[in-house]
This record gives sequence, structure tokens and C-alpha cells, in this order.
Amino acid sequence: MSVAPVVSEETGALGANRFGYQKFALGSFSFERDEYFAHIAWSHGTHTMDVGDFLRALMRDVAWGFFYGYVHFDSVFGTCNHYGTVDVFAGTYNSNYKRAGVDELQNHPTDRVGATFVAMIEDWTNEGFDPFAAPMETGSPYGPNRGSNLEAVRRARSTATRCVGLDGDAPLRTDGSGYPVNRAFADVDQSEPEVHAEPGFEDRVHAFNLFAYLSRSDVTWNPSFTSVVKHSFMCPTTEEHILPIVHGNDRVEWFFQLSDEIHWDISTRDTAEPRSRVIMKPGDMAAMPADCRHQGFAPKRAMLLVWENGSPKIVDEISSGQAPVNPVDF
Amino acid sequence: MESYTTQFGSLKSYQKGGVQVIADRVENYAFSNVFEICSSARPYERVVFGLNQIYVLEAVRAEGHSPWFLCAHDEFVLCMDGAARIDLVEVDVPRLPEDKLGAVSLPNPPEGTPMGWIRIQRGHQALLPSQCAYRFDSATPSVLVIQTCKGDLSVERWAEICQRTGAAEEAEGGR
Ligand SMILES: [Fe+2]
Repeated sequence: MSVAPVVSEETGALGANRFGYQKFALGSFSFERDEYFAHIAWSHGTHTMDVGDFLRALMRDVAWGFFYGYVHFDSVFGTCNHYGTVDVFAGTYNSNYKRAGVDELQNHPTDRVGATFVAMIEDWTNEGFDPFAAPMETGSPYGPNRGSNLEAVRRARSTATRCVGLDGDAPLRTDGSGYPVNRAFADVDQSEPEVHAEPGFEDRVHAFNLFAYLSRSDVTWNPSFTSVVKHSFMCPTTEEHILPIVHGNDRVEWFFQLSDEIHWDISTRDTAEPRSRVIMKPGDMAAMPADCRHQGFAPKRAMLLVWENGSPKIVDEISSGQAPVNPVDF
Repeated sequence: MESYTTQFGSLKSYQKGGVQVIADRVENYAFSNVFEICSSARPYERVVFGLNQIYVLEAVRAEGHSPWFLCAHDEFVLCMDGAARIDLVEVDVPRLPEDKLGAVSLPNPPEGTPMGWIRIQRGHQALLPSQCAYRFDSATPSVLVIQTCKGDLSVERWAEICQRTGAAEEAEGGR
């Protein structure tokens, strides 16, 4: 793909192609979509992804603010968060690309990558396609440019600072606020806990129905913060179909299966060689080591509690060897 | 339209998944199941089944009255099976040092002002606010998960609760 003059300095947009989609430049990477595919090119290589898969991955990367560590769109392309800057890479964590010297990694300020990725998800997502939705719940991503779905792609991730439902914190989900119970969780109990606060203690005597809250989530594979203890974050999420990215850890995270079943493929973090499969059923708990990458498969919409340590020091502690890559030694 | 049944586990009935090792150590995943842990735990023992530096998730079998607990920081409790009542008291003394991690149990009922009470059942989550005493009560064996920091009462017995062999060992449990 020849690189045309940049039309927007802020987003790297290069103007629309014959399908009506903007082309984008980000450093030496360029991005173009046609009816079926996203095409990525860099100085020594090119790459092609199904555009539905690409948009579902791009949506998570945008919504999570590049998340913790590595977001692999597939075995070639992805990002790594350095909390202030972001690596954009192709083939860097794929041993044959690396060996052949056709890989590329570029580091940019987070805002720069964010501006391009937000403009891309907004321009490339057609009316009727919701990249957050499970495949059975949304329309087709394919074809020439056909409107947009800004309401879907601009959803803000819900992040409680103490606990969902407290005054001034992230609100509960209700029919009235636009969060009906999802079809896959129609049987989930919607009762509220009995809360009897003495006068003056209403702000500290607090409980809510987490399972009901999750049954009303309108997105998949998009953890929100529901309760916070110092830097311990409960990040429950509802999962259906495939995690659209492969997550590479820069810290240990834990999975606690609240309902239904998820199967995980675990591989080495830097070279993607298979390590384990983890089958999780209700009540199961498993750590994801800091040196792995993982991708989940949920045959039926499932509730998963992702438990994160958001300590600002943890990445340095793990990369310097001060903290172990496995959480427990026994 | 397709109708779905959401699967939850319980003390009475749970199925365990497992780690299927390809090239790995099964212990790296510290794989356990909260219902299995609470099937054999003593009431209100705080069994650590998730650990990330100073932070823990504790599995708790709730049965009868618990001791009174106090913690310098917020904790949260999620009910995974059964039900529990939580009584809360704003204590006069003793306040814990602000940097004290994890809960302690109080030798005597706390002196202070009753704040109210909460009744949670499966799926409900409650705040256990910092520097407030709390006590659980559950008529039948129930399962709670507490989000807190590792403290004096945290019990670690990883070798007993975690999967130890690399082949899939899908267990079923319950009465
Ligand atoms: Fe992850």
C-alpha cells in the first residue's frame, strides 16, 4: 500500500478508499479495510485479518485503554501497554517472523495510538454491527462503508472506585437505564439483598446483586470494576463465544468462574508455544501466570470474575524478578 | 427463541474442571474450586484460594455465628451458595492502625453503635467497611468469598486445595 499524504495529523487518517473506508498511518504501519478484510502493512511485511475479528479485537484494545500488558489481535499483530506509551508490533512475539527479521515494533505515546485506533473503530464499524456483542446478537461487519454505530463503539467501561451502587459511584444496571437482562441469563435471580441501615449509616451499609448486574451486561469480554480494595480490583465480565484477543500478561491475574463454563488455551508469552488448557466450571479458580498468554472460549454466555492487581509497581517488580511470575509456590 | 439454563455450583452439587498440561507445571495455575474447599473447611476459616502480592481472595464456609471481625481497610463479601446475615457495628475501640492488612477477630463483642444489618444470598455482594466490626450468621452451610488483604487469619494450604497432577482430573462433588 502506498502511503498517501496524511489528511489528519491527529488520527493519521489518509482519506477514504473506493469502499468508503479511511486509510490510516501510524509510524511505519498502515491500515486499510475492504469489504472482508483489514490489511496491515509495515516496512518489511504485510498482514491480513478478517475484518470482523479485527474490529472485535480493536474494540477491546480501545475500550480497555490498551489493558494490562499485551493485546494480541492474532498471532502476528498487537499492542503492548507501557502505561504512557504503547508498542504497536507485528511478528515481534512470533518466533518465525522474528527469526526471519520481518517483524516490526514501534513505540508511540498512548494518545497517538489511541487517536488512530478510535478513529479506525468509528470509521470501519458499519451500522448494525456491534463489535462488543456476541456474534449471534449482532449483524454483519462486511461490505462497503454503510453508516456507523457510534453508540456501540463509544460505550464507556464501567469502573467503580469503591463499589457499584454506592452514591456517586458506578450505577447499578436496570431496565430503566437501558440494561435489560440478557437472553442467556433470563433465569438469573434478580432479587436485591435485604439492607437495613440505621440512620446515618446508609452510605456504609451497602450490598447489591452482582449476578443480576452481570446478567444485564450488554457487552462480552469487557471487564468492568465492581469493587476495589486498595489496588485489588474485582473485574467481572460476561463471556460468550471467543475472547477476541489473546491476552499476554505483564502480571499475574486470576480467574474465578462464577457461572457456566469457559475453556482457556494457555501459551508461552513471548513465542506462543502451547503450555496448557484450563477448563473452568462454576466455582473453579485459576491463576494466569505473568509469563503466559491466554485466550478463552465460552460455549454459552458465562459470568467470569477476573481479579486484577492494579499496583503501579507490579510490572517493574515482575520484570526485575523481585516478584514471581507464578503467584504461589507450593 | 432458544432458552438457556445458567449453571451455578453449590456445596450440594458442583463439577470441577481442571488443568490439562501440555508443557507446563500444573501448580503454576493454583487450580482449585471454592465449593470443594468449603466442603471440608471449618466454619469461618479464611482459606486463601487467590493470592496476588498483598491481596487475597478467601473462601469461607459460613455456618452458625462467626466471631466478630474488624479490618482497617474495606473488604467485600460475595455469596456463592446459601445465604448469610451480616451485622455491622461502628466500634468505639479498638481502631486498627490504618496500615494493618487483613481482618482480625475480636475477643469480645464490639462496643459501639449498631450500623444495621444485611442479608445476602447467592450472587449478592456486600461492603464490609473499613474500621467497622462485622459478624456473619448462617443457618445452613453457605459459601462466601472475601476480597481482602492477607492477614493474621488467612490460612494457606495450597498443596491440599490445588490440583497436583497434570492430567485432566474432572471431579464431581457434593452430597
Ligand atoms: Fe487476561
